[in-house]
Amino acid sequence: MSLGILGTKEGMTQTFDEKARKVVPVTVIHAEPNVIIKHCTAAAEGYSAVQVGYLEKSANRTNRPDAGQFNKASATAGQTIAPRKHLHEFRLDSDPGDDLAVGAEIKVDVLAEASFVDVSGTSKGKGTQGVMKRYNFRGFLRTHGTHEFFRHGGSIGTRLTPGHVLKGKKMPGRMGNERVTVQNLRVHSVDTERNLILIVGAVPGPRGGVVEVRPSVKKG
Amino acid sequence: MSKIIEQLDNETIGDRRMPRFRAGETVRVSVRIKEGSKERIQVFEGVIIAWKAAGVSSTVTVRKISYGVGVERIFPIYSPNIEKIEWVRRGRVRRAKLYYLRELRGKKARLSEVHKAKAPTVN
Repeated sequence: MSLGILGTKEGMTQTFDEKARKVVPVTVIHAEPNVIIKHCTAAAEGYSAVQVGYLEKSANRTNRPDAGQFNKASATAGQTIAPRKHLHEFRLDSDPGDDLAVGAEIKVDVLAEASFVDVSGTSKGKGTQGVMKRYNFRGFLRTHGTHEFFRHGGSIGTRLTPGHVLKGKKMPGRMGNERVTVQNLRVHSVDTERNLILIVGAVPGPRGGVVEVRPSVKKG
Repeated sequence: MSKIIEQLDNETIGDRRMPRFRAGETVRVSVRIKEGSKERIQVFEGVIIAWKAAGVSSTVTVRKISYGVGVERIFPIYSPNIEKIEWVRRGRVRRAKLYYLRELRGKKARLSEVHKAKAPTVN
């Protein structure tokens, strides 16, 4: 468990690998510095983590409970910390030390040494979808007399035993708009000047969506 | 497009910006080909049947008839593999995508030339 950063998905583009002479598809993530607003310690909360805020918002837009959190952070840091739109906790292996003091900024260079990252975000909402799109069911034969049953899911259970549909049975319904993590994405480059992270491949969510980028847990 | 991505794309393109060729134009594409440790340049000359304008991701589809067989290649125009694209002539066409040429053979697959046409330039 290590420190990551919140960022905004800007979209995808292409770069070219000069050596392999190949097109490399990249997702551009713009991550303005995240500010640390709270420490979670093993003694107080039972686990180690830092809480970070991303993207400033005006005080008018902040409700009182949230404002209290930021006031507290400002008092601890000894400087004014403006309220942020997005809050997130990054779990750590041990209690955060002085290098991660409250009020300190996390910048994209936390990922400078990571060659692979995991990215979490909220996937695009697809609305109500059938089982073929939602769960990759096979559907039915288009020929051999199939009648009005091309994209159905088939039987949903047995008869008197157990007499009901099993819980968790995959059926049509809302798809997307849920938290999705993609693991082991290669980092193309990190631009500390413009606060950009370029990641090879696709990342969950729409352009403008907030994503969480952490060093890969499986590949260092 | 996001401003940031536009900026990154401009950096990738740098001073290699290509002129905007059109469907119907005949071009000569010089492609770098690697064979083992050696590198040489192969020229592919044919008619543009599609130009996909998409910034750094733009591609061009070039079609030629090679020994009686239609051959099409799609080139990402800003790929480092593309040495250059030379303009040869412009044919008179009324479509942006000339996929109908695939169905035509022989004399019917010709395009009449636009005389006095000039090669497009980077503006």
